[in-house]
This record gives sequence, structure tokens and C-alpha cells, in this order.
Amino acid sequence: MVTLAVWKFASCDGCQLSLLDCEDELLAVAARVRIAHFLEASRRVEPGPYDVSLVEGSITTAQDAERIRRVREMSRTLVTIGACATAGGVQALRNFADVDEFRSVVYARPEYVSTLATSTPIAAHVDVDYELHGCPIDRWQLLEVITALLVGRRPNIPAHSVCFECKQRGNVCVVVAHGTPCLGPVTHAGCAALCPAYQRGCYGCFGPMETPNAAAQAGLLRATGMSEADVVRAYRTFNAAAPAFIELSRVTVGPPPGAGPRDAGREET
Amino acid sequence: MSHRSDRTLDVRSLARVEGEGAMHVRVSGDAVEDVRLDIYEPPRFFEAMLRGRRHTEPPDITARICGICPVAYQMSACNAIEDACGVTVDPAVADLRRLLYCGEWIESHTLHIYLLHAPDFLGYPSALDMAKDRRDLVERGLAMKKAGNEIVEVLGGRAIHPVNIRVGGFYRTPSPRELAPLRDKLRVALDQALDTVRWVAGFDFPDFHHNHELLALVAPGRYAIESGTVATTAGLTFDVRHFEDHIVEEQVPHSTALHALHARLAGRSRYAVGPAARYTLNRQWLSPLALEAATAAGLGADCRNPYRSILVRAVETVYALDEAIRLIDRYEPPARPFVEVPPRAAVGYGATEAPRGILFHRYGLDADGLITSARIVPPTSQNQASIEDDLRRFVSGRLDLDDEQLTWQCEQAIRNYDPCISCSTHFLDLTVERR
Repeated sequence: MVTLAVWKFASCDGCQLSLLDCEDELLAVAARVRIAHFLEASRRVEPGPYDVSLVEGSITTAQDAERIRRVREMSRTLVTIGACATAGGVQALRNFADVDEFRSVVYARPEYVSTLATSTPIAAHVDVDYELHGCPIDRWQLLEVITALLVGRRPNIPAHSVCFECKQRGNVCVVVAHGTPCLGPVTHAGCAALCPAYQRGCYGCFGPMETPNAAAQAGLLRATGMSEADVVRAYRTFNAAAPAFIELSRVTVGPPPGAGPRDAGREET
Repeated sequence: MSHRSDRTLDVRSLARVEGEGAMHVRVSGDAVEDVRLDIYEPPRFFEAMLRGRRHTEPPDITARICGICPVAYQMSACNAIEDACGVTVDPAVADLRRLLYCGEWIESHTLHIYLLHAPDFLGYPSALDMAKDRRDLVERGLAMKKAGNEIVEVLGGRAIHPVNIRVGGFYRTPSPRELAPLRDKLRVALDQALDTVRWVAGFDFPDFHHNHELLALVAPGRYAIESGTVATTAGLTFDVRHFEDHIVEEQVPHSTALHALHARLAGRSRYAVGPAARYTLNRQWLSPLALEAATAAGLGADCRNPYRSILVRAVETVYALDEAIRLIDRYEPPARPFVEVPPRAAVGYGATEAPRGILFHRYGLDADGLITSARIVPPTSQNQASIEDDLRRFVSGRLDLDDEQLTWQCEQAIRNYDPCISCSTHFLDLTVERR
């Protein structure tokens, strides 16, 4: 039977909880895979190697940078689950700040707290076979990946934008109808366009889609009245360290009317 | 092994808790020399990175502290920001928040009862192993958990890190027709929850009692969930805005731990928060059905046996389902889904009863609505001194057990508190060192 291991690094536990949140499927999954290492669910730990490792969380300590290498060595297939593991998570906001200052703000005795200056995704340390986006991941995508690995096919996870999912769901576009700022055009699909369905603009928790149009998106956000600082904050949340979002946060001026994307202004922030 | 007089027990990775931590117990002869809960969950610096963010952002950002109780973070954050800005939400919006919070209590409590804690009482390493013998029980737990999650999904959009919560209310409020289908599911779950109370009441609880001061919100007229004032079993009461005058967090260096924060009551000692504290201070406000279930299960005026906290969680699950049905039955959509929350330079305080106990937030804002300071005190760091005290006394009385048995029982003692290490970042690997 296929053995499954679940690992946690710096994170909120929410993505591994997604597995336990498969209330209707959990026992069926447990009948098809041998859950060999899943501390949140079981005190019995079986030694590796493991066929599939699901990795949650980002690397923020020297010990964890070592631990992920050992996990990689023990894992035939390694799948990162969620924004922390694939993009550094919200804790990667430290990458744009002074971590010593952060430490002294939170802890009276910062010398007891050891941490790296950056929060980095798993792929910055070891080879990753598959990445699931989202903060948190979508549990149907998780089941799709587990199912695909069980039968030996490629997971069917679209890489297009949330805009596609809005159309599929039949949502009214919140930008067009209400002038609400929305990161949907540049955000990876996977949530089934949840925020627009609740009359809220997408806030990018699935991270960047494959080929975002930076200038068009900058124009769209500025047209809704967002300031430059607002735009930067919008990209610097749960996928702050994703390279495409770093790039998008720098493109804060859209094209003048009638101009092509190449004419877009560009400002460093 | 079991007859060595000096020994160390180490649990390097505590299982079935949320987050990562370790436990270390050192025994010399028949004396317990040292008990430590180590947290090796790496720090994430939320309080630091909230500075410079807009006053509208803490509900989404602080939700990411914990995937098990994101609603608790969202609600405490909303309370604190609305307090700073001098805004009160519509009563109908407040009711919807309570309904949403009931969903999280049901989901989190059922997760803990069935998947994390019951296997200890019944001798299984996990609920999945338990399911091989008692599939019916695990299915019942999962069905109840799903019912709780469905409340959060309808109101919040998704169960983990819901998207529909904003400072001032909701982005969109549901129509009565959207809530109606929940009702029948919650009725079924309520019957299952009553069965759960009877099932758990039959567990074998060790005869063990503590004398911790218990602290929880109280809100006369209703069981405290989404708001209230602070009260303790020693008669101390104070407003949430004075929380930091009474609660002192101390940082404790542990050899292998990154950091640990212990909270104490100023000028007093350790205290405990969570279901047992809530029940002891709010029992009279349980619904008749939940009170009847508690009494039938043998719960009296207070609960000071930490092992029986699983029973209190079961009773609170009955209450949360009962309350959710009541709120759905009387639901009328608010006139508007949210009120505007214009920023002002001020400090705001908020606290709610997370499934694991009181969760405090404080934010300082400038006139533009940018956050200048933030402080978050989660339940698990408040419980850490009490958990360690329980372990010290518990181990002292059970030194005749072999290491394996003693280790498992210590883990169970820790799980009594449903510690959420991701939340506290301040947390467990059991080491029992005997020498």
C-alpha cells in the first residue's frame, strides 16, 4: 500500500487540517493509503522511506533547512501544500524587513529566539515534485493530487487565473460592476472564485497565475482608486515572496488610455 | 526500565496537537525535578508584521496564525479594531458572528474529541486506527465536524481562513433561504452531540484535580463566545481593555526550545483558560438542553479534573448546535451587511472565547488607519504554566508506570488542554529524564 507522510514547517496547520476536513472522504483515503507519519492525527510514527510526502510550511530556521533535506531523502514524491510551502507564506513579510527588529518587537528576550532572516519556500531548498497553491489549499485539489498519485497520472490542476473561475461560477465581475479592487486577473485558480462570490475582490491567497499581465493589472487597480502603498500591501500578504507578486508590486502604474502594455510606467517601491 | 529510580522521558514530537512541540520530564528517585513543555514551532512575528498595515487587514492576516480557529482570530481582531474606531455593529450582524463562531466551536471541539483526544481514552494511536474497530463512532464525529464546518462555509465562504468577514460586519450576508438548509443538518448533529456526551461520560477518567485559578469571559444572559468581560474563579473581574494590567507574559528559556511565553496573573500565579474555565464561570447560561446533558453526564458546578475537559467540550458542542439552530430560526438579514469603520488615532482592545480559551488582541492605530502596534495573547500560552503544573503532579503519582505508559499518559494530560502550538508559537517532544 502507498505510504503517506505529512510534514509541518512554519505554518498555521490549516493545510494539513484540509486533509482531516475531507469528512466524507477521510476514511476512504485511509483505506487506500497507509498514513505512516501524520503527527496531527496519530502518535504512531512509522519509519521512512515514504511514497508520498505532503509538506506544509516554509523554512525559517537553520534546523528546518536541515530537516527538509532529510524529508526529501525519505520521500519518493514530495508535494508542497499551501502558500507557506510554495511561496514562503505570510511570515515571508520579514523578507522585506529587518528580522532582528521584528524579533525585538515580539519577544522581550529576543536572544532566546533563533530564526533565519528570511522565510523561503520548500523549492528553494530541495526538489519539489508538485506544488499546491492556496492559503489554505482547496481540499478538492488535495484529493485530486492524492487520487492522481494513487493511479499514477498527472494531477489535473488548472494554472489559469481566478477570472476564469468567476466566469465558470457565473459571478458578476466585482471590478466592472462595483469598482472593487480585485487580484483575480493575476491570481492562480483553485478557490472557485470564492471572494467575488461573496462580493469581495480576490486578495490573491492562491498566489500568482502562470503569466500575469502586470501593466494591465496595475491600470485596473489604480483605476479603482488604490494608492501605490495600497497596491504594494495587496501583493504583500500570504504569497508575499512569490517572484511574480514581487514583480507585480513594483508595477504600480498602468498604461495611459490607448497605449499597449509596453508603454506601462514602472516605479520602484 | 520501569524500576530505574533516575530517568528521563522525552517526547520529541507530540502527536495529535495542533502545531509542533516537545515535552521533557526529569525524575530523580521519587521526585519530579523538572517538567518542561518546549515549543519548537518557529516564530512567525505576526505582531511585528502587522505594523504599517491598514486597520481593515487584521481579520485576514491574524486568521493565518491558526488554521484550526481562524474565526476566533477574525472575531477578536474585529472587536479590537471596532473598539479603536468607536464603532458598534448591528445586532443582526452580531448574531451572525455568534452563529459563525458556533460553527467553529462545533468543528474544533469535534476534531479534538473524536480525532485528537478520544483515542487516548480508548487506547488507540489515532482515530483512523479507532475507525477499524468502531467506524460508526468516527463517522459520527466526522459528520458533526462537517456540520460545524458547513456553518462556517455558508457564512464565511470556506472553513479554513473564511473570506467573508470584515471589520464592521460581513462582505455579504446570507438570505434566510441560504441558512435554512443548515437547520436540518444541525438537528441531526445535535442528536449526535447528545449521544457524544453520553459516550464520553462513560470514559475512564483518572482521579486527578487541580487548583488553578480559572479565567474566562462572562456575558450575563448568554454563554460567552464572541464578547464579554473577564472573570476568574477567585472573584477577579475586569474589562477586556485592562487585560494587560492583569496578565503578565514571561519568556522562559528552554534548552531546546526556540522560545516560550508563560502568562501569569499579575501578583498572583498560573491560571487556566478554555472549556473547563468557561463552563465553570458560565454554566448558568447554558441552554436548558445543554445544561440537562451536562448534569446527566455528572458535571457539577465546576470542572477541576482536566481529564473531564473532553466532557465539557461535548457539552459545549451541544450548546453551540442548540444556539446555532436558535440563531438560524430567528434570523432576519441585517439592513446592511457591514457598517463603515472610519479610522482614527486610538488604541482598541478585543477578546473572544476561542475554542481553546480567551484570545486577546490589542491594536494601536494612527489617524490614517495604519497600525502602529499590535499585541496578541493566545489561549495556549496562557495555559502553559497550568499544563506543566498538572504534569508535575501527575507524574509524581505515577512513577511506578514504565516509560512507555507514563509517556502516553503524560501526552494525554497535555492533550486535555487541546494545546494549539501554532497559535501560541509559544509550545511540545516528551522527554522524561529519570536519574
